[in-house]
Amino acid sequence: METAKKSNLLIVIPAFNEEKNLPAVIVETRAVEPDATIVVVDDGSTDGTAEVARSHGARVLSLAVNLGYGAALQTGFLFAVREGFERVVILDGDGQHDPGSIGRLLEVDGVDVVRGSRFLGTARYRIPLARRIGMVLFGRVAGLFTGEPVTDVTSGFQALNGRAVRFLAENYPTDYPDADTVILMKRAGLTQEEVPVAMRERLSGAPMVSPTRSFYYVFKMCLSILVTLLREKPRID
Amino acid sequence: MNPRIRAMALILSVVLLLVIIDLVRKRKLREEYSWLWIVTGVAIFIAAVWQSLVVWVTELIGAKIIVSTLFFGALMFLTVISIHFSTKVSQLSEQVKKLTQQTALLSEELERVKGPRNAGAVER
Repeated sequence: METAKKSNLLIVIPAFNEEKNLPAVIVETRAVEPDATIVVVDDGSTDGTAEVARSHGARVLSLAVNLGYGAALQTGFLFAVREGFERVVILDGDGQHDPGSIGRLLEVDGVDVVRGSRFLGTARYRIPLARRIGMVLFGRVAGLFTGEPVTDVTSGFQALNGRAVRFLAENYPTDYPDADTVILMKRAGLTQEEVPVAMRERLSGAPMVSPTRSFYYVFKMCLSILVTLLREKPRID
Repeated sequence: MNPRIRAMALILSVVLLLVIIDLVRKRKLREEYSWLWIVTGVAIFIAAVWQSLVVWVTELIGAKIIVSTLFFGALMFLTVISIHFSTKVSQLSEQVKKLTQQTALLSEELERVKGPRNAGAVER
């Protein structure tokens, strides 16, 4: 039986077939935030992801079918709303996000969404050129709308407050956080800020997001951004 | 192609694009399904504007008149979009099956945990 939650922080870890990487992620996360509740969203994994998560003391939301990263995150947000958590940290189950940086995300006050950027620190990361161009390009576009520089537009390493979580639990139309999500949140009136965080190369296995064909990605993003701008301003609560 | 048909095609393609974008905007059409329609709208637009391209395609497919090309294009489009929908429906069917099965399994587990009715040891 789950004991009463120890603190108001929920850590959401979406995972798809990450039985190899999850144990380290959960253990390291718990070392950094021992009072937080950890929930792993198992996105229709075919391996032992759910079992491994459970055996390491995490709560597990097992999706019956694979819905994709965005929907898995949203499931975590729905859980947060149901359980009454006011602070949520999201981080990847593949080990790319260093739990040691969680503190950096949490120490920012008064901002609805804190996004961890791997490019604000001194470390350098290898990213395929096409992907890098896309990130910079759409980061600039997103930055135009938020009025602040967006250096790591697809970063899934974030801290959100209750207001942001309640909004995203109801409104998460995309399959991956990207420029369109940044713009959507801006239009909803959520404040955003970036802080430097450490990221790592994947511990093992294939990347969570498979390389999208560049052209289709650019088209998808343009349409998504256009449509986000055309819709009525979303309201919160 | 006479100018009137080209003008019609031009207007039609623009209207189509606006309708599709508006449907996506209102969330009545998911973005992922819109791209094929947008590609079609753009293709009609190009065909209306770029006559020599249509003529070239006509010769390529061995048709005698340009109208055949347009009908051919329309048929190809309908075939492709039907196949697209069929695959999506197949995927959805698979998902529904999995969800239904999960529900059955969860239901069994829940009933077992709740215990036989009126005989549970739950404190009130």
